[in-house]
Amino acid sequence: MEAHTATIAPRRHSAAYRALKVWWQKYSLIIFLLILPVAFGLNDLFTTGSLSHIGENLKDGISNGAIWALVAIGYTLVYGIIELINFAHGDVFMIGSFVSTGLWATLGLTLVTGVFGLVGGLLASLVVAMVACGLLNTLIERVAYRPLRNAPKLAPLITAVGMSFILQNVALLWLGGSQQSVPDLLHAQQDLFNIGGIHVYRADLLSVAVTAPLVIALILFLNRSRVGKAMRATAQDPEAARLMGINVDTTISLTFLIGGALAGAAGLVFALYETTIWYFQGFTAGLIAFTAAVMGGIGNVQGAVLGGLIIGCIQQISDNRIGAQWTNVIVFGYLIAIMVLRPRGLLGEETREAG
Amino acid sequence: MRERTAKLRAQWRKIWGQRRFRIAIVAALTLFAIVLPYFFQTGSTFTYDMVTALAYVVMALGLNIVVGFAGLLDLGYVAFFAIGAYTIGWLGSGFFAYINNQKGIHVGVTGLAATLPGIHLNFILVVIAAVGFTALAGIIIGLPTLRLRGDYIAIVTLAFGEIIHDVAVNGINIHLGANATLTAGRQGITPIDPISLPGGQPFDPLNLRPWYWVALGMVALVLFVNVRLRDSRLGRAWVALREDEVAAASMGVPLVKTKLMAYATGAAFGGMAGAFIGSFLNTVNADQFEFSFSIFVLAMVILGGLGSIWGVVLGAILLSFINTWLIPQVLNSVPSKIGLNFDLTQLSYGIFGFLLVVMMVLRPQGLLPERRHELEMVEHVGITGTDMFEETV
Repeated sequence: MEAHTATIAPRRHSAAYRALKVWWQKYSLIIFLLILPVAFGLNDLFTTGSLSHIGENLKDGISNGAIWALVAIGYTLVYGIIELINFAHGDVFMIGSFVSTGLWATLGLTLVTGVFGLVGGLLASLVVAMVACGLLNTLIERVAYRPLRNAPKLAPLITAVGMSFILQNVALLWLGGSQQSVPDLLHAQQDLFNIGGIHVYRADLLSVAVTAPLVIALILFLNRSRVGKAMRATAQDPEAARLMGINVDTTISLTFLIGGALAGAAGLVFALYETTIWYFQGFTAGLIAFTAAVMGGIGNVQGAVLGGLIIGCIQQISDNRIGAQWTNVIVFGYLIAIMVLRPRGLLGEETREAG
Repeated sequence: MRERTAKLRAQWRKIWGQRRFRIAIVAALTLFAIVLPYFFQTGSTFTYDMVTALAYVVMALGLNIVVGFAGLLDLGYVAFFAIGAYTIGWLGSGFFAYINNQKGIHVGVTGLAATLPGIHLNFILVVIAAVGFTALAGIIIGLPTLRLRGDYIAIVTLAFGEIIHDVAVNGINIHLGANATLTAGRQGITPIDPISLPGGQPFDPLNLRPWYWVALGMVALVLFVNVRLRDSRLGRAWVALREDEVAAASMGVPLVKTKLMAYATGAAFGGMAGAFIGSFLNTVNADQFEFSFSIFVLAMVILGGLGSIWGVVLGAILLSFINTWLIPQVLNSVPSKIGLNFDLTQLSYGIFGFLLVVMMVLRPQGLLPERRHELEMVEHVGITGTDMFEETV
């Protein structure tokens, strides 16, 4: 795009202007991201003399952001491989919450279940949620995106929106339109330990403990395994990958399977973390996670994790300091700011879509 | 059999190709549309649904300019509906009751509204204001998307739509001076002045015929603008942009101006319809401006056929009646008959979502397709590369 604008209206600028422009392009997004924490951190320092309040916000942000990171990876993997914003992804995450909480009831997990039963039951529901959401995501790809692979790019995006509405309505039928509270199995708000005035709760530990191994396993899988290599090759150039004997369709299905499984895991963690679920949670979560994926640089797994953590922090600061009702406005404001300032994100490379 | 249909089709093309025939059809349809309310009682449900449908037609035609003509997928169209509706909420109701020492400001209004506090402007003035505000908003929303393409545009517009919705919900906490807030949030601004045309009395909420004719007039105006724009230099620039941005730019199409014009024009129609619906429903409530409404309007455009003016009119009327009549009146008893216990109206957006998927997979060109789009969607003519993977730049 830049090149075209330049050919239409050629302009000459001084060296200083150009240097400033390069600097701005590099760092403007980072500056924008730092505004909120730095402003409130200074505010805390001057009013109370300690940084524990902002530290608490950032800690909450990281544990909350770990959930968004898992969802964001699904966006980034799918976008990396077929350049589609899988709009239904947030709702797959929501279905993950519904499946896992539904399973607790079947397994008989309650607040009085013993430690072993609880750990076993939660692991079982984690596995079931991951498998169910992975298969659901693969199914969505099969039904709604694969038939449109040769159509204009608008078409699969529209079916993605349609799938998102279908999933929401399935959930609406399942548990009704109001927020449902689920048993607080882990006593999520119980204090575990305390570092420098920052309380770490069970929920915080849980989300990091689930996210970190999954992310590490995924990165290892992508970098080391043969299938992971095939995925990266397909993302880079599907045509060439096909010529090299990679089954592109299977690889795409696998990508959706992995993305869905991570969203399912995130759904379980979210249900334990927030202890309320409802059919509309996927919409906001999807947008937040998408923002995270774009912020990190779409197509980049590490970027999605970083973006998720940053968005989590922004969200928590906004929730606690500005007012929860404005959080979405702030997150979406950041989304627009990223698009304007640095569409390729923090760690991303120039993409053809956003360049 | 096939030969016969081909023959019939050729004959039909010949008849349809005659200008006189087309004028006759349009004239008959117009006449039918004008006298339609006389077949029903003044306050009948059908007329009510029809007025709603016509307002949706205006909106869908506006969105069609952005998505269908210019190919910029806008998922935040509800923002313009909201801004248009708030324009009449601010300028045509007692919402700012303390303005001008509680005496109010009145321009060109008669009847009850002329005696009430608050700002009361004539409907025509409100529509002009709404068109201005929304066109401006369209440009503001368009600006950050200029460098972006495809689905990134969709997400940015979606984000804008959500921001406007949240501002509408939370606007009740934004104070303008001592006695006024920005919006009335979920309580809604109500009552809204009924439409009063210059020199006439305000419309009676129980007699729906004048409302219908005003809506029909708006549809006619928007249709005229749409048809004229489609064949104009600007319209051709939009289509060129949609087909291939790089080629269009190198042929001298000014990208920035053309894109912003698409956003502004599309938005203006949304604002016009928004102001009308605000007055018709007698309330401007933040809950009306959900994301799902954007998808509702988008589904009308998709159902009718992207870029096809008459298709979009058909799609809007069909979906509107599916929403106001088919689902709540006809199909709603089906689940209980087969022994299921749920309210089908809750699921209407699921049904629209299903419709979107089915349409895109089975008939992506829509019910009444535009020729160029049909070639593209069905035979994949003119897409750069036959594969979605291929470089488009």
